[in-house]
Amino acid sequence: MKQFRTELRPALAGIIAIVALAVGVTPGSALPEASPVTPALVEAARKEGKVVFYTAVDVEVAEKVGAAFRAKYPGIEIQVERSGSERLFQRVTQEYGSSIHNVDVINTSDAAHYILWKRQGLLAPHVPEDVAKHFGDNADPDGLYATWRATLSPLAYNTKFIKPGEAPKSFADLLDPKWKGLMVKAHPGYSGTILTATAQISRELGWDYLRKLGQQRVMQVQSSTEPPKKLAVGERPIMADGNEYNLFTLKEAGNPVEIVYPAEGTPFIPSPSAVMAKAPNPNAARLLQSFLFSAEMQQLLVDAGGLRSLHPATKEPAGRKPLKEIKLMRDDPAAVVDKVEEIKANYAKAFGT
Amino acid sequence: MSSAEALAAPGAAPARFGPSSRVDLSGLVLIACGLFLAALVGLPLAWLAWYALTDKDGALTFANIARLVTDETLAAPLKVSLIVATSVGLISAAVAAPIAWLVARTNMPGRNLVRVLITASFVTPPFLGAIAWEILAAPNSGLLNHWYRWLHGLPPFVHLFDIYTVTGLIFVDSCYAFPFVFVLVANALDRMPGDMEDASAILGARPWRTAWRITLPLALPAILAGMLVAFLRSLTLFGTPAILALPGNFHTITTKIWSLFQYPPNPGLAAAASIPLLLLTILLLQVQSRVLGRRGYTVIGGKASPPRLLHLKLWRWPALALCMLVLCLPIVLPYFALLKAAVTTTIAEPISADTLTLKHVRFVLFEFSPTRLAFQNTVILAVATATAGTALALVVAYATARKLVTGHRALDFLATAPIAVPGIVLGVGLFLAYTRGPVVLYGTLWILFLAYLTIELPAAYQQLQSAFQSVHPELEEAARLSGAGRMRTLRDILAPLLKSGVLAAWCFIFIGVMRELSAAVMLFTAQTKVISVVIYDLNESGDLGAISVLGIALLAVTFAIVYVAQKVGGGLARTARPA
Repeated sequence: MKQFRTELRPALAGIIAIVALAVGVTPGSALPEASPVTPALVEAARKEGKVVFYTAVDVEVAEKVGAAFRAKYPGIEIQVERSGSERLFQRVTQEYGSSIHNVDVINTSDAAHYILWKRQGLLAPHVPEDVAKHFGDNADPDGLYATWRATLSPLAYNTKFIKPGEAPKSFADLLDPKWKGLMVKAHPGYSGTILTATAQISRELGWDYLRKLGQQRVMQVQSSTEPPKKLAVGERPIMADGNEYNLFTLKEAGNPVEIVYPAEGTPFIPSPSAVMAKAPNPNAARLLQSFLFSAEMQQLLVDAGGLRSLHPATKEPAGRKPLKEIKLMRDDPAAVVDKVEEIKANYAKAFGT
Repeated sequence: MSSAEALAAPGAAPARFGPSSRVDLSGLVLIACGLFLAALVGLPLAWLAWYALTDKDGALTFANIARLVTDETLAAPLKVSLIVATSVGLISAAVAAPIAWLVARTNMPGRNLVRVLITASFVTPPFLGAIAWEILAAPNSGLLNHWYRWLHGLPPFVHLFDIYTVTGLIFVDSCYAFPFVFVLVANALDRMPGDMEDASAILGARPWRTAWRITLPLALPAILAGMLVAFLRSLTLFGTPAILALPGNFHTITTKIWSLFQYPPNPGLAAAASIPLLLLTILLLQVQSRVLGRRGYTVIGGKASPPRLLHLKLWRWPALALCMLVLCLPIVLPYFALLKAAVTTTIAEPISADTLTLKHVRFVLFEFSPTRLAFQNTVILAVATATAGTALALVVAYATARKLVTGHRALDFLATAPIAVPGIVLGVGLFLAYTRGPVVLYGTLWILFLAYLTIELPAAYQQLQSAFQSVHPELEEAARLSGAGRMRTLRDILAPLLKSGVLAAWCFIFIGVMRELSAAVMLFTAQTKVISVVIYDLNESGDLGAISVLGIALLAVTFAIVYVAQKVGGGLARTARPA
């Protein structure tokens, strides 16, 4: 029984969460008790005076989150460290390997990280009230992490160069020789979004598809936030992968970009956040984690960040296709967690870097 | 001078300098410096060797080394690096030597302007230049390609340049490597006496023939030395290939080493991949000293008659135009691109009243949280490294120039050896050395300080050693005879005389630290980020506007501090002289 708890439970929880997500049912609240934001917590956080937030969200969104936290809790300095998910994961590994406990709250777009960290006992349980109420399906049953934000990795094109009728409609369309040299994509060695997307695409379409894509002379950038930007400035007219939220914000700012949800299904990328067990500022860390899941912050992610929120109180702006109308690929971090090296090696073979 | 003469006068205040009144600390200081240097250079390299040659259980293995040859994903980057570095060496020499000749040996107008612009390209961090060239010559969004299409009425996606290629990498590398060749060749030509050229002219050779048959062969050692420096710079460069090669789906050996450190990290293989880089650098430096002799390059002889300037007549203006055209590539165009990216919303837009924005400036200065911490770290490190590095180089150069201790050869070797260690390799070595006991420095500014100190020491040391050689030992002997200890002689006699050399060494280290990326990118943590790493991070998410603002700010801060240092240092030198 003990064996079951420690080894199989994360996997099982993952599967339950996925099934729940796919079917849309709530498996009852198995979460530990919620810890509300009490004046005592705020006071304790203020005594610590500081909180360090490692996040993989786009740098401008990250700074907006920081500014919102500062405005809500003056007197607590928030240090925002933005980098790619895989880079952050490496950073934490490197820092913890040298007993440097610097990070309080962490957010990456590779849900498999949380399974690994949970195994290693690096995460502290903390269930914000909003998580207890609304995130039952999208939270770790032991209360160690929950999906702070989500995005998709769709296709996209620049409308200045490609007419809507001619744009690729599926992943398979990208293999058309006429798009050779005209695509941009991000790198799974840097971006958790792209690692997750690559895992899903290789599962659904096979590595053969990615090997063929590798023959199309695709421009390779690092962060999943960059392909939308390269698309907007016209460096390449087609985006083969990259995140949806930068496309939303760019499009809504008047840039000539258009999103395509591919026929085979669009990779769905949940991006959890968690409090570290060895957080140097444990109270401020809990306060930040609670703040991250509040309705106001979740709405800010949607409005200013173009992200998908799993908080039911958030409202999607007009013009964005609702999540339930999009055919999604299934996210399965439990299946990815031990295959990371294999995915990266296969990718390097297909694309050269 | 007057103080030295006073000291030299027999019986001048012997009581104050009585030999027995103070212990001569110099021996201790020298031993301490020697041990420190040995640890500084030796420790990271020893760890590197250990990781390359052992497996997880600590048993000896050659598996990592073998993979260098058998694994195509390692062999290919090495080949690319060699192709790039060789091309950069040749191109740099071909471009820099003629310009150096025009500046040093002809009456071309605007020679000082050319020198100033080349200094500016020397101060520009290569990674910043690479980002600027992305803005200029990315195949579709690049400004130059835009203009090209617009000029010829061409459809989209037709392009003249593609910067994300091996050729593009060679080009950008050369832009920031050729100043090294220029400085060496121009210095050699400045110092080269005009006698032989005069003789050639008297014997009836026309000016061009003299230049070709006399000046060129005399400058050849300097050109070869410059070529080698450019080759090594390019071989060990990290930022430029990381920015330009990865989008083009290829690796160089430095980006490969760095990728081996990403998750799942493979330090053994990273260490093994560093070894060819290290060996090749050592080998080439050996060859250089064999070919050029122990005295190094550029030393050609005493000054007999000042060099004669060749009158270019009508060719003066085309020559200047050519120089300016070349200097557009590392300086004028890139800075134009960065400025444009800094003040427009996206780089695709033309500059107009509608597109002008302070958004990026505001973001970097007020919203982007790493800005302040990173600038603070960078400046602290640059000032500390420049100060400590100059002091260390001064002591070691003194000991070796004056052959004070029996082990001075070893000191000389230790202070020069880091030149053979590429920044990224040193970064790997330092990380391996200082992330576990007994001394854990990773996560502090100290590990970056050690990295910078090691990287910058050889240049400062060489600078100061040649400065020492220009001061005759008789002045110090006079002081010692009058009873001053070695440390006091160093402080009171030599230091004032060496002020300009010291100042130059300080500025050299300072600039070097401000633009260093390759070691920092291996060693930083969130609390110890430096500006170069912040810029590099922003580049990975494509935030060109913010990068441009940070890059321009970095240059402004560098120039401001160098300017203040010159003022303060110059002031000290002036007040020191009459005393």
